[in-house]
Amino acid sequence: MKHDQKYTGQEFKVVGARVERPDGVDKVTGRARYGADANAPGQLVGLVLRSSHAHARIVKIDTSKAEKVAGVKAVLTSADLPDLTNGDAGNYATLVNCMARDRVLYDGHAVAAVAATDKSSAKKALKLIKVTYEKLPHVTDVDEALKKGAPLVQPTNKQDGKPSNKSGHFEFGHGDIEAGLLEADIVLERSYKTEQTHQGYIEPHACLATVGPDGSGELWVTTQGHFSFRIMCAALLGMDVAKLKVTSSEIGGGFGGKTHVWIEPVALALARKSNRPVKMVMSREEVFKASGPTCATSMDVKIGAKKDGTITAAFIECRYSDGPFPGIWGMLGGMTAWACYDLKNCKAVGVDVLVNRPKVAAYRAPSAPMMAFGVESTIDQLAKELDIDPVEFRLRNVAKEGTRSSYGPIYGPIGIEPTLEAVRDHPHMRAKLRKNQGRGMASGFWFNIGGQTCSDLNVGVDGTVNLTVGTVDVGGARASLSLIAAEELGISYDQVKTNIGDTSSLGHNDTTEGSRGTFSSGMATIFAAREAIEVMKSRAAQMWGIPEDAVEWKDGEARAVGAEHGNLPALSLKEIAAEAGATGGPIAGHHEVTADGSGVSFASHICDVEVDPETGKTTVLRYTVVQDAGKAIHPDYVEGQFQGAAAQGIGWALNEEYVYGEDGCLQNAGFLDYRVPVCSDLPFIDTKILEIPNPNHPYGIRGVGECSIVPPLAAIGNAVSNAVGVRLNHVPMSPPRILKALDDAGA
Amino acid sequence: MTGVHVSTSINGDPVEYVCPADESLLDVLRDRVGLTGVKEGCGTGDCGACSITLDGALVCACLVLGAEAEGRKVTTIEGMGDGEKLHPLQRQFIDNAALQCGVCTPGFLIAAKSLLDENPDPTVEEIRYALAGNLCRCTGYDKIVRAVQAAAKDLRRQKK
Ligand code: FES
Ligand code: FES
Repeated sequence: MKHDQKYTGQEFKVVGARVERPDGVDKVTGRARYGADANAPGQLVGLVLRSSHAHARIVKIDTSKAEKVAGVKAVLTSADLPDLTNGDAGNYATLVNCMARDRVLYDGHAVAAVAATDKSSAKKALKLIKVTYEKLPHVTDVDEALKKGAPLVQPTNKQDGKPSNKSGHFEFGHGDIEAGLLEADIVLERSYKTEQTHQGYIEPHACLATVGPDGSGELWVTTQGHFSFRIMCAALLGMDVAKLKVTSSEIGGGFGGKTHVWIEPVALALARKSNRPVKMVMSREEVFKASGPTCATSMDVKIGAKKDGTITAAFIECRYSDGPFPGIWGMLGGMTAWACYDLKNCKAVGVDVLVNRPKVAAYRAPSAPMMAFGVESTIDQLAKELDIDPVEFRLRNVAKEGTRSSYGPIYGPIGIEPTLEAVRDHPHMRAKLRKNQGRGMASGFWFNIGGQTCSDLNVGVDGTVNLTVGTVDVGGARASLSLIAAEELGISYDQVKTNIGDTSSLGHNDTTEGSRGTFSSGMATIFAAREAIEVMKSRAAQMWGIPEDAVEWKDGEARAVGAEHGNLPALSLKEIAAEAGATGGPIAGHHEVTADGSGVSFASHICDVEVDPETGKTTVLRYTVVQDAGKAIHPDYVEGQFQGAAAQGIGWALNEEYVYGEDGCLQNAGFLDYRVPVCSDLPFIDTKILEIPNPNHPYGIRGVGECSIVPPLAAIGNAVSNAVGVRLNHVPMSPPRILKALDDAGA
Repeated sequence: MTGVHVSTSINGDPVEYVCPADESLLDVLRDRVGLTGVKEGCGTGDCGACSITLDGALVCACLVLGAEAEGRKVTTIEGMGDGEKLHPLQRQFIDNAALQCGVCTPGFLIAAKSLLDENPDPTVEEIRYALAGNLCRCTGYDKIVRAVQAAAKDLRRQKK
């Protein structure tokens, strides 16, 4: 059935209410089951042996002693994982990342694994595995990696025909930069760096794997996408997709890091080899060292503007450290760089670089925060040079409906200008500041995506409704989807219960990433509900004995219309459901779609900081997020996404970074030394939700989950710079960096 | 390794188990007693996901040995509500949307209860410092602090 996905501007009865989430009670009582909370009879404990070298050739792995330890049921190396990837470079990289083959490529790279009846036997066995390494030169810094003579991370990787650590080069933009610069009254050139950060989800990667002798298997796992995990694991292990059932547990945070497999194929391989269920849970150290963080970057920005504040040319090149395998991080960053602005001449270059660090994974609006730091910091300085208010300066160059975006498409209705206006008019902008305090603002952009989705909606005999979706609920989506189903059917929220189906109960659903969950499953839910309504109308027609076209659906009931039947009393959903057995069987609606037309998001943030000039410590005093949500289905969880994203951005801006030693090893793989913001580090985070409907969604939904991690780096950078009078160009702006910047400026 | 035999009280129930001498109380609670509401985020005392009380004192279960529970009183998230009835903190966490993924929630609830037991009318700053040993990566803490404030009010009203 073809459905019209255009926004209709309908009035909502249920959508927009702050209802209680269906998983709330389970989560406050400890009943909710996460990745590490499942067990199976006879299960083994799986552990991984990891490299402590940044780069080395594996000469030999001797597992003979480990195999003899009492309780050890399987020892695994890459020899147990033949390459079945058929030349698919992405899958091969994942295979190599899950278990090193000829070389270890970073500190923490897996080299072997063990499954044993208990943890201490497994630990004992790990110690007895003897790996002979031949150390190789390493490089962990993105700029060093591009220098002539740098150690090669992947000797087969070539750029312009020559071996290189550069693995990707992407350009976006339009116009003529040189011509634009000639028109400028002022040109600013700046360089910046950002350090590598981790998503920092509190729940480590965890799974429980079973593989039977008949080749069928089950995987219980904390993941953002159980369908994608199934495809990946099946491909790496040579299993049939249909014979592997993957169930997503409750997920204790992902932010992109759980879009990718790390230990899961290993757990399945151990289960297959031992013929026993295998449970694996990463330690926090493993999470930091061996599950994907985001990239470190280094970038150069050049912007020219006229005295009246018109930007005439805008250029950025940003180099992303991908870890040992090529990624698309430079491409994503390049697409986002200038997206907030309407520019005659702009260009963004994203470069991907190989280094001996963990394989990078997506982290909330991946690649965008770094380029936004470069862009928004430079724009702020330009505004100052031109003596124009920074918000006003941005408004003079802002992208609007009809603007050709820097990455190609022409914008429909978008929210960047309204967010800037809301910032300009916000009382926060007029609050008084004291000594050593500064205010900064910045904007950010994220695409949001749609993708493959399907939903099943089943009406129960008592008139309550089960909605089954295949997108993992990472932050309250079940509540939002129940609201949407209730809205369509015209029933109350309490009558709908949304579940996440496992891979055997629905068709393929793409991973919950790119802020797509509520957008795409919301769309499939609306159309599944409409399909169920059609069924119910025909059942009502049968019950009345009248033609189907004399029935309409309104407010949760079938109504007979027309002069002939209009006086029949309405039939409620409940009454129709009760008669389902006699009128044709169960009542259901189903919809599958590749949801396109996701709406882009924009956010603008304001922040006040105080910097202690003695210690260099920055305190965030006040923070305001303004973001366009399209339509806020459940405002509490929209605010929650804004606040959580801003908090992660604040941590990135001020504290968080991977610290590598000369030996190429990670020095701070724990929450004590990799410091994420704690409760006493942050103020309340004010939010303002704007609702500029996405024209390509029946309810106007855009994604909301990611965009607000984009502005904080620059917003804080601008605030800190205003507080201390010295520009900070290296994130995180930790106390030592601030003190050094003050020192260098002779302040 | 020979196991240690332990008799203890967990959430008011007498419990006995045998565990290796070097096994943490966190592993005992999760793997031997089956109380998986107690979460592991780090295993090194840095995240607070494993918060429990031991004879009424707030501790990280990952830093206590299973053997140390001998003769003590352990309380976990599973013992927080009164049968069907949620504790006001649990109620307010739901009502204030103070959880997203929820994996930090059991630890926050235990830590917040221990704060409110001591200090029924904490300031925002006192709440923020009392909860600084618990990491939440999803919420930015805003709604958590508000939920604790609201629950403190409910509890004060109950007492009157
Ligand atoms: S698991 Fe105990 S403090 Fe993190
Ligand atoms: S709600 Fe996810 S870590 Fe707190």
